[in-house]
Amino acid sequence: MREQTLAAQRPILFRYALLQLRDSTLADDAVQDTLLAALQSPSNFKGNSGLRTWLIGILKHKIADHWRRQGRETTISAFEPVDSHDDDADLDIDAFFIGDGHWNGGPKVWSDPEAALKQQEFWAVYELCHNNLPPKLAKIFMLRELVGLAAEEVCQETGISEANYWVCMHRARLRLRECLELRWFNHAK
Amino acid sequence: MRSCREITALVSQALDKPLRLTERLAVAVHLLMCSRCRNFQSQTRFIRKAARRYVDDLPTRLDKKS
Repeated sequence: MREQTLAAQRPILFRYALLQLRDSTLADDAVQDTLLAALQSPSNFKGNSGLRTWLIGILKHKIADHWRRQGRETTISAFEPVDSHDDDADLDIDAFFIGDGHWNGGPKVWSDPEAALKQQEFWAVYELCHNNLPPKLAKIFMLRELVGLAAEEVCQETGISEANYWVCMHRARLRLRECLELRWFNHAK
Repeated sequence: MRSCREITALVSQALDKPLRLTERLAVAVHLLMCSRCRNFQSQTRFIRKAARRYVDDLPTRLDKKS
């Protein structure tokens, strides 16, 4: 196992740990421990599941260890296996469109979205809108857009099919877009 | 003619994978005529950018809170 190969995985592992631990020092430690463990037992890497998937598997244990030391159960909903019950995906998307597939309402122009990125208050709204997503969507969207996993890796992590992945990402984007529009861009400030 | 519903699904997929030629054409033609789907496209691109920025800035925000 070459060190550079492992180091290249570091940013994604860090984002994964940070979103769960909400502390950059703890996240950094968890990633260090993970890379160290990987260097010490490279033979455990079977090569059949992808290097990153293997590393994330180790990282999950490190994060679980942390919560155990804290005397907490490891119930961080965003990283739990997805519950596939809320599969009324098509029904959910229906709400955004009328019968013939035209928008019901639909996206208005946002004025100066770039400026929002510089405002502290925007991030509170962003978090709120993300947290308002159904748990399954929030997790899938987070793994793809916040952690930065590839689509196939997200499917692997969550056990959903590729077709379901596309539907979920579409739903998540429709909902996030609408929420940001109502609560920020179109909001009487 | 594909509906806004189908076009937005393709616009969303295009963020993650290359679309087939026929799909790209359908999207391009539709977007020429439909401002709401154009808005959807630029807004989903913005949401991706915001997501990345959110994580990049998170350590700073967390440090300030503690």
